[in-house]
Amino acid sequence: MDRERVRQWETQCIQEQAPACTAACPVHVDARKLTECVARGDFKGGLAVLANAVPLPLILAHICDHPCQSHCRRSDAGDAIEIGLLERACAEYGLPAPAPRPQALRKQRVAIVGGGLSGVSTAAGLAIRGYEVSIFEARPRLLHRLRSLDASTLPAHVIDADLAALRQLCIAVHCDALISRHAGPFGLDAIAADFDAVYLAPGPEPLDQDVLGLARTGQRGIRIDPLTLATSHPKVFAGGAQRYAPAPYSPIASIADGNFATVSIDRFLQGASLAANRDNQGAYSSRLYVNTKELTASTAIHAAGGGRGYSKDEAQQEARRCIPCQCLECVKVCQYLEDYGSYPKRYVRQIYNNECIVMGVRNLNKMVNSCALCGLCTAVCPEKFSMADVVLDARQSMVRTAKMPPSAHDFALRDLAFSQSEAFTLARHQPGFQSSQTAFLPGCQLSASSPQHVASCYAHLRNSLPGGVGLILQCCGSPAFWAGDEAKFQTALHSLKAAWSDLGKPRLITACSSCYRMLRDHLPQIPVEPLWPHLTPKSLPNALPETISRTLAIHDPCSTRGVKEVEQSARALLGELGIATVELNEPGLTTCCGYGGLVQFVNPQLAGKTVARRAKQSDEDFVTYCAMCRDRFAHQGKRALHILDLVFANGALDPAARPDPGFSQRQENRAHLKSLLLCEVWGEKVSAMEPSIELRMSEEMRLLLEQRMILVEDVRRTIENAEQTGDKLENPATGHFLASYRSACVTYWVEYSTEGSAFVVHNAYSHRMEVR
Amino acid sequence: MASTSGSTPESPLICGKCKVPLVLGKVTAHYLGSEFPIELWKCPGCGKVLVPESLATGKMLQVEQALEDK
Repeated sequence: MDRERVRQWETQCIQEQAPACTAACPVHVDARKLTECVARGDFKGGLAVLANAVPLPLILAHICDHPCQSHCRRSDAGDAIEIGLLERACAEYGLPAPAPRPQALRKQRVAIVGGGLSGVSTAAGLAIRGYEVSIFEARPRLLHRLRSLDASTLPAHVIDADLAALRQLCIAVHCDALISRHAGPFGLDAIAADFDAVYLAPGPEPLDQDVLGLARTGQRGIRIDPLTLATSHPKVFAGGAQRYAPAPYSPIASIADGNFATVSIDRFLQGASLAANRDNQGAYSSRLYVNTKELTASTAIHAAGGGRGYSKDEAQQEARRCIPCQCLECVKVCQYLEDYGSYPKRYVRQIYNNECIVMGVRNLNKMVNSCALCGLCTAVCPEKFSMADVVLDARQSMVRTAKMPPSAHDFALRDLAFSQSEAFTLARHQPGFQSSQTAFLPGCQLSASSPQHVASCYAHLRNSLPGGVGLILQCCGSPAFWAGDEAKFQTALHSLKAAWSDLGKPRLITACSSCYRMLRDHLPQIPVEPLWPHLTPKSLPNALPETISRTLAIHDPCSTRGVKEVEQSARALLGELGIATVELNEPGLTTCCGYGGLVQFVNPQLAGKTVARRAKQSDEDFVTYCAMCRDRFAHQGKRALHILDLVFANGALDPAARPDPGFSQRQENRAHLKSLLLCEVWGEKVSAMEPSIELRMSEEMRLLLEQRMILVEDVRRTIENAEQTGDKLENPATGHFLASYRSACVTYWVEYSTEGSAFVVHNAYSHRMEVR
Repeated sequence: MASTSGSTPESPLICGKCKVPLVLGKVTAHYLGSEFPIELWKCPGCGKVLVPESLATGKMLQVEQALEDK
């Protein structure tokens, strides 16, 4: 996987973006975490969240002008969360605030000129980072201006408590120390010379005198870089009310400047870039998407005590109103993304790390191979992130580097090989025609599931379309594409293209959504149309049996997600058939049946959960226009119809109850279809394909074979080999034989007995290891 | 599901070719370049080895999957 591409994918997923409240906060208080703490009564935890953002958490909790609240997404349905009151509740009930934990002492010394909010915040921030800090304040005590605030807004003991917590830090406080521009111990020049860095936070009054020769802006004060708070003097930084005046005083802006100055001075003293990676400094707009459509409106909890703020109980109730903001749009709709317990941004990194393992176990191989590649995540993602792109890239890379587990897609790829073999493939003009204006491509799965429907469709197309309708029996190669096996996929595409060329490059009509998708995406030069608009019920037998409900829930196959031509033509046909359809969701938001991406073979449990989740969406019988989807629902026990079961009902008793044919029957059906068409359409003599030996087995046995992905043909070949060579074991106690046969890379074992000339299968299993 | 009764050590199967009972013997399991010595029932005549169902669907499957993820 390409590293840069991985990074782009990670950036595309917005789940880890800050919630709107945090992004709107100049110091990025994690208000979502704070409300989570309060909701469970953990006020101490809530206060720790504040302390993590600023060095004066109690003061902040009391005087913050909470710009976060006006951005709160809860207000999409009711009132915004009262974050300001919740902060105050933390400062009330979560005391004491966690003590600052300073890092190891550094040698550099920093002078802070001005002991207001911005100065003290900077001093604390730098002292925590291990610098030796001195504050020079002209007045008798620190935070002088704050003490003029009304006691109900900011009680003096709150200021004292925050300052007391800073005493353990390496901060020397010099009060009544008026810094002048003149020479002397409290002269700015001397301080600038004596210290490694200086932060000027002189308050809002205009500086009308030349200070340290610093460049000025207009008539008011020092020129300050808005991002870094740097001045024209390399070791002097400045901020606080000085930079905002004459705008009204904003305590949170001063505290934020303290944080910004801390970062800048720390970087300056460490020789790092002042400006790098500070794009989201201060308030910004978050990319986080939050779906509030389903949110029930609620009003903010009223503080019964008025100015005293919330009681503990009130605070908890209010905090529980928090949504909390997160995206997870894809995880909500996808069983796969949900099952692995995280979200795409993390999955991308995990998958990349999995691929980078050189020595050791790649634990996530199964996860990489468990995505259905259905594209639902992209359809719901506000940023159009595609998990399919990520896992397909990873699969292709695994195949290229021979790191794909051999067993992962082996069974499906052998099924593909069967569909590309002589047993199934066919490309012919319509009898009596030397060319084909059109060719019918039914797809290998419809041929496997309902060969009789393929024959009926082909007959109908021959009768209704001019210019000769050819037939192509072939697999489009989608299993190889899903498996990440580019070589096998290209081979499949090449032979499909060759068949199309042999027929004179006609337009194709397909009954398979996967074929449609593969052709559209990978062979765009081949004109392809869905079958459905070409089926007009008026000219077709349409005797629907009573067992078929006239109201059906429609399931769209994921392969043609969002392809209106396909979705609408299928609906139109159902309408003409007199079927009222129930939409399970918007057609573009359909889910996979568990076959897509070959999940069924790699992670049958997940595939089962996926189809079961879909089946539960409606009690109505399902109708779909993908043979694989229909059979997957049938396998799950959900009554389901293929649209062709309605078009060619042909007196079937209860087509919605038709069972899933299973893997073995699917191959037999394909081979049978080819023989049938050669015989009935082209009048060729086809020797009947009678099985060489007769097998008997219980239904339970057939299910076991399905579950273990052993074909009846594998069983037959194993017994045949044993009977021909005598290579078998005998159990004298039961009279049963146990035979093994290795084909390519799998050893099959079959326990059987004889019954006349037939063979009764009692058990079968397989392994890939070779034992000698 | 019918069990492979012959796979239990108490009731050794008989080789269909050599018509002799299987005996326990050392064999080697190979997969993806790794080899594992293992004791299994085998024919003393032709060397035909019995891999019982419990082994094939249990430990052997686990080892196969572990090796595939290496």
